[in-house]
Amino acid sequence: MPLHLLFFCVWRREWRLTWRNISSSLNSVWFFIMVCTLFVIGIGPDRQALAEIAPGVIWVIALLATMLAVDGLFRHDFTDGSLAQWLLSSQPWYFLLLFRLLTQAVFIALPLALVAPFLGLLMDLPGMAVLPLVASLLLGIPVLVLLGAIGAALTVGFERGGLLLAVLILPLYIPVLIFAIAAVQAAALGTAYSAHLALLATLLLLALALCPLAVNAALRLNFYY
Amino acid sequence: MWAWFHKLGSPRWFYRISDLCLPWLTVAGLLFLVVGVVWGLLFAPPDYKQGNSFRIFYLHVPTAVIALVGYYVMAIAGAVSLIWKMKLADIVMKEAAVIGALLTFLALFTGAVWGKPTWGTWWVWDARVTSMLILLFLYIGVIALNNAFTHPEQSGKACAVLSLVGTVNIPIIYKSVDWWYSLHQPATIKFTERSTIHPDMFWPFVVITVGFYVLYAVALMFNTQTAILEREYRTQWVRDKVQQ
Repeated sequence: MPLHLLFFCVWRREWRLTWRNISSSLNSVWFFIMVCTLFVIGIGPDRQALAEIAPGVIWVIALLATMLAVDGLFRHDFTDGSLAQWLLSSQPWYFLLLFRLLTQAVFIALPLALVAPFLGLLMDLPGMAVLPLVASLLLGIPVLVLLGAIGAALTVGFERGGLLLAVLILPLYIPVLIFAIAAVQAAALGTAYSAHLALLATLLLLALALCPLAVNAALRLNFYY
Repeated sequence: MWAWFHKLGSPRWFYRISDLCLPWLTVAGLLFLVVGVVWGLLFAPPDYKQGNSFRIFYLHVPTAVIALVGYYVMAIAGAVSLIWKMKLADIVMKEAAVIGALLTFLALFTGAVWGKPTWGTWWVWDARVTSMLILLFLYIGVIALNNAFTHPEQSGKACAVLSLVGTVNIPIIYKSVDWWYSLHQPATIKFTERSTIHPDMFWPFVVITVGFYVLYAVALMFNTQTAILEREYRTQWVRDKVQQ
């Protein structure tokens, strides 16, 4: 099968699965909004203080929401056996996994990035930092999905990966967080931020090229026993 | 020619060979350590700025160095077990994770003890301190993953994948943390620039570091031996060994 057709098939499958279960897909968005509210309640309604911590808070919550969304990435397919068929299929596994991760990355990143400006509004984020916030989420969350997929693949055999997944992949998330927040903060100060976004894009390309290899190795080790 | 090397891959041979080396290595490591510690703590001149408190440098820096090296020991052992499916490499990787985590914790602890008299605080979000903390998290991830699986071979593969992913990430994490630190510019604390260290202070450090390396190897071998006994308990030679 030519690659673009393969991509289309994978995209269609993932889209249908996501759309038919849209309410559980939107849970990460609700999580994003609710935890942000918790933060505001915890810190107090002082607008100055909120504006100062807004980039960090919004990004950390987006990161956690992504991690929670990634947890179940392969589990359902693993328990019903379709994951084994994916890995046994005659199509190249590298591209199957790459396309699937790419699709999921788009589905997870888009809603969070679309909600982020409103949360920025709630937390009094300076207006000129909103666009870089969205851009950094669009570039950064796919990296988090790709890295998180490695952890999700490693813990796919367990009933609930949750906390173990967090311990495995949160340290790997740190560079993305640093570059993304640097971009938003630079924009909030009115300085140039494109270099930070370029670094995020570099991480994205690296992750796109390498993560399918690790995910493949991690998924296969669950089938040996 | 390589037969002896291949034999090392079998747990039984490793057990026998390491049994021969261990006493010598232990004595050598302790000798280096004792000589270095006595030299460093009693005879090396005190620092002109920090006085005697700088002496924890002799324990702090070797621990930190080996904590870092330990990650690569773990990752290389993991790669070997993943590629050549060597049972021994798998055991070494898991033991290296535990020892590495302990050393990283010790490095952070001795750093805190050193930080109190020199910086006036136990903890500083300095780039190097933060990187060491993240290294500890990486080790903990491998250990947690290992404990989560019930099948030793499955957990071996999983830990190997995770430690290799960590190896790719370590340079990126270090660079990004460096960058994060330089962006935030905390003004109060500065590292004392120690680009040149007096030879009288330097040589004890070399001796202690050699001692630490040797003792690291001893600890790794010893733990590996114990793990071999646990894992191979069904085989005849282990039963004979335990009976003795």
